[in-house]
Amino acid sequence: MIDPKILADHNLTLEEYETIIRLIGREPNRTELGIFSVMWSEHCCYKSSKVHLRKLPTEGRHVIQGPGENAGIIDIGDGLAVVFKIESHNHPSFIEPFQGAATGVGGILRDIFTMGARPLALLDSLRFGPLGAGRNKAIMEGVVSGISSYGNSIGVPTVGGEVTFDPSYSLNPLVNVFCLGLARQDKIFYARAGQPGNQVLYVGSKTGRDGIHGATMASAEFGKETEHKRPNVQVGDPFKEKLLLEACLEVMDKNLIVGIQDMGAAGLTCSTTEVPAKSGLGLSFNLDLVPQREAGMTPYEIMLSESQERMLIVAEKGKVEEVRRVFAKWDLEAVVIGEITSGGRLVGTFGGRTEIDVPVEAVINRCPVYNRKFEPPARTAPRLDLESLPQPADLEAAFLRLLASPTIADKEWVFRQYDHMVQTNTILLPGADAAVLRIKGTAKAVAMTLDGNAAFAALDPRAGGRLAVAEACRNLTCVGATPIGVTNCLNFGNPEKPEVMWQFKEVIEGMAEACRAFSIPVTGGNVSFYNDTEGASILPTPVLGVVGLLEDAAKMVTPGFKAEGEVVMLLGRNGSELGGSEYLRAVHSREEGPCPGLDLSEEVKLQELCREASGRGLLRSAHDVSEGGLAVCLAECAFLGNRQIGCDLDFGEEMRTDVLLFGESQSRIVITLRPDDLDKLLGLARKKHVPAVILGETGGTDLVFHHQDREAVRVPVAEAYRAWKEALPEAFLIK
Amino acid sequence: MKFGVVVFPGSNCDYDAYHVLHSVLKQDTVFLWHKDLNLQGADCVILPGGFSYGDYLRSGAIARFSPLMREVAEFAERGGLVLGICNGFQILMEMGLLPGAMLRNKRLKFLCQFIHLRLEREGTAFTRLGRRGQVLRLPIAHYEGNYYAPPETLEEMERGGQVVFRYSDREGRLSDEANVNGALNSIAGIINRRGNVLGLMPHPERASEAVFGSQDGRLIFESLIKNWP
Repeated sequence: MIDPKILADHNLTLEEYETIIRLIGREPNRTELGIFSVMWSEHCCYKSSKVHLRKLPTEGRHVIQGPGENAGIIDIGDGLAVVFKIESHNHPSFIEPFQGAATGVGGILRDIFTMGARPLALLDSLRFGPLGAGRNKAIMEGVVSGISSYGNSIGVPTVGGEVTFDPSYSLNPLVNVFCLGLARQDKIFYARAGQPGNQVLYVGSKTGRDGIHGATMASAEFGKETEHKRPNVQVGDPFKEKLLLEACLEVMDKNLIVGIQDMGAAGLTCSTTEVPAKSGLGLSFNLDLVPQREAGMTPYEIMLSESQERMLIVAEKGKVEEVRRVFAKWDLEAVVIGEITSGGRLVGTFGGRTEIDVPVEAVINRCPVYNRKFEPPARTAPRLDLESLPQPADLEAAFLRLLASPTIADKEWVFRQYDHMVQTNTILLPGADAAVLRIKGTAKAVAMTLDGNAAFAALDPRAGGRLAVAEACRNLTCVGATPIGVTNCLNFGNPEKPEVMWQFKEVIEGMAEACRAFSIPVTGGNVSFYNDTEGASILPTPVLGVVGLLEDAAKMVTPGFKAEGEVVMLLGRNGSELGGSEYLRAVHSREEGPCPGLDLSEEVKLQELCREASGRGLLRSAHDVSEGGLAVCLAECAFLGNRQIGCDLDFGEEMRTDVLLFGESQSRIVITLRPDDLDKLLGLARKKHVPAVILGETGGTDLVFHHQDREAVRVPVAEAYRAWKEALPEAFLIK
Repeated sequence: MKFGVVVFPGSNCDYDAYHVLHSVLKQDTVFLWHKDLNLQGADCVILPGGFSYGDYLRSGAIARFSPLMREVAEFAERGGLVLGICNGFQILMEMGLLPGAMLRNKRLKFLCQFIHLRLEREGTAFTRLGRRGQVLRLPIAHYEGNYYAPPETLEEMERGGQVVFRYSDREGRLSDEANVNGALNSIAGIINRRGNVLGLMPHPERASEAVFGSQDGRLIFESLIKNWP
C-alpha cells in the first residue's frame, strides 16, 4: 500500500487515491500520481467550490463563452468581442513578492491571448497588511515592481485596480490580476484537438525545474516552513512572453492551428489532458522531445514543472512547417512532441518506455467534488453602539486623517510605476471610478473596474457579495458605461473550516442575487482557498471584475469637478449607517457592524438614471460614494479635475454630522451639472423615482460642508489634497 | 512623406507610432522588421518605444546589432531623418548616433506620468512648428531616462544647441522637482550636430489626439511633415 507520507506530500486523501486506482485499474506510478495530484488540486479542479459556483448566473444575450474555458467572452458588436478573466497569485506573492506578482501577470496574459485576443489592459486588486508592520512594506514594494516590470515590458497597460490594507493580509497578501483582451469573433481559439493525427507542438520557453507543485502549494495552508517553498515560485521572462504573444496571434491570424492551451498552473500536465479531453480524444507524446532547460529531469519533473511562457498547440500535419516558420521569425522553437489519438488516453513515453498511460477523462472530469460542511461562526459580528462612540470635537482633523488612511489615500505612488498609457487606448487614467479604453476603429469604449469590500464581507458575507457587485456596477455607471459581464476572484481561508465554507457560500449567494438584479452574466473567475497562515484566515475577500460598454466613447463622464458655479447634486439617499466604515476603522480603530443595507431594485434604478443622464449629456461629473463616505467622495471630486475646485454644500438630514459625512450608505452618486440642465435632470429623476437632492455649488478654494444650517467643516482643498496625496509616499519615505 | 516604424521583437509602442502617423496624420507609413535589410524607401525612420530585446542587460544594448540597424546607421550618415522615442532614444545612444547614456531614474522607480517640456531649439526638422521657450505637455514612461554625458560632451552639446527639450514646470521653469528622473541639465531630448537625428524620452505619439487631453506631440510629427518638399 502507498506510503501515507507520499499522499500527504501530494495533498491527496486516501479516498482520492483509491478513486484513482479504480479509474485507471491499477496503482499509478509516481508520475501519474503527480498528474492526478495537480489536476485534482483545489486550484485546478475547484473541488470544494463547484457546488456553490453553480449558483452564479452565467447566461446572457451577449455571452459567447461562459465559465469553463481560459477566459469569458462577451460580444460587443462590430464583429468584436472582449475576452477577460481574473486570477489570484496570492501564495507565490507572499513567498517571493516580485516574481510571484510578475508571473501572476504573465499567467493571466496567456489566458487571454490563448483565446485569440490581443491583451488590451491589466488591472490589479492588491491587499496588504498595515505598512508599519512586519514585512508588509517590502512585500508591497516587491509586488508593485513585479507587476510593473512584467506589464510594462510586454506593453500591456496596467490601467487600474485597487489597493487596500488590513492586518489579516500581513502574512497573506492578495494579488488578484485581471486582464481584458480584444478579439475578432471569427478568430477565437480554444483548447481543442480537432481529429486524430493532428500534431502536438510545444512552443515557448524550455521546461525547467521551477514551479513544481505550484498548484498544490496554492491549495494548502502556509506554516512557518513556507520559506522552503521559494523554489516553487516561477521566474518570469516578459520578453519571452512578448515573443510568444506575437507568434501565437500570428499563427491564429493566419489560421494555421486547430487548438491551443497555455501551460499555466500544472503546466504540461494540464495542457496535454485538457486539449484532448475537450474533443473526446487522446494524446500520445514523447517526453524526451520536450525542450528542457537542464539535463537529468525526470518525467515527474517535466510533467509538473510550472516554467513560464510555454504553450501547447495542435495543428494539422500539413501546417506544421508554416507554424514553425512563424515561431522562428519570433526566435522561438516549435517542437512536435506527439499527436492526437483516438483512444481517449494520455500516453507519454520516456527513454523508450511508457511512463504515462491514463484516461484523460478520468484526470479532467472525475475529480472528486466536495460539498463541504458549512456553519455560521458561533460569535456574531459586533454591532456598533453609536452612544459609545463620541463624535470627534474636531471634525476637520478627523476628515484629514481619513483622507490620509492608506486605503483611501491617493495611489499614484503605485500606478505611476505602471505604464498605463501604452497602446494609446486609455482615455480615462487610473484614479477614477473605472478605467476606460477606447476601441480603435469604432466609436465605442470598454470600462473596467475591480471592487470588493472585505470589511463588509467579514461583517456579513452575503451582504458583502451583494455590495461588491453593486459597487462595481456603480463605478462603471459613473463613467457612463453599461455593465455587460462579470469575472470574480474569491479569496478565502481554509475551506475545510466550516465557518470559512459558510462565508464562501454566503458570498456566492449574495453575488448571484445581485448579478441577477443587474442582469449581468458571470463568465468565469477564480477561487483562492487556503489563504491561512499559521492558522489565521484572511478576511473573506470577494473581488469583482466587472466590464462595461460605452457605445459612444465621447459620452464618457469623469469624477472631477469641471468648473465653478455648477450644481452639485446627490442621487440617492443619505442613510444613518456607520457600521463597517473606513471612518470607524481609521479614526476610531473599531470594526463593528452592521454593514450598510442595500435595496437592489433602488440601486438598479439609481444606476439607470445616472446612465440615462450621462447618455443625454447632462452630467459634467459623476462619482460613486464609497469608502470614506460623502466627505471623501466630494474631496476626490475637488481633486480630480484639471485643476482643484472647491464647493459649498448644505445637508439637512437629521443625524450626527460624522455619520452623515463619513457613513458608507450605498446607492449614492454625486453629480455636477450646468444650472441650465437642472430641470431636465430633476424630471428624469422623478420619472425613475430616484431621490435627487441639490447640495450646493462648485467654486472657491475650500471644501465647505454645512449641516443643518451650521458650518461643520471648512478645509482648503489644497490642504485636503496634501493629506490625501502624500500619505503613501510618506509611508515609503519618498517625497 | 513616407515613414518607416522599426519593429524589434520587444517593441511595444510600434503600433502607437504607426497609428498616429497612418490613421491620425494620414501619412504613408510602413513597419520595418528588424531582421530586414532595407528601409522600403522611408523618408523618416522612427525607432519606437518598448523593450527591444527585453533589455535585461541594458536598454537598447542588443538592438543595435539587428541587421536593419546597419541600414539605419547608413541612412542617418547620408542625412536621413531618424526619430528615436524612449527606448528608440536609448538605442540611438547605444549606436553612437547620439551622445550620452541613460541611468536609472533618480528614485529607482519606473515613472509613467504627464510631464512638461520646454522647447530649447526651434527650427530643426523636428521642431520647425514650435518656438523656443514653448512648453509642451507629454507623457513619459520609463525606468532608465536619467540622462548622463561626460562634462566636456555636455558642454559641447549645450554650446552647439544640441539640447532640444528639457523637463520643466508648466511655466517653463527648470527645477529639481520638475526634473522627475534626475537627468543632467534636465535633458529630455537631444539632436545630433547635423540636425537629422533626434532622440527624446517622452512619448509624442501618446499625446497626438484630443481624447488624451494633450495634442502637443503632433508638433514633432507635423514639423516633419509640413516641411517635407
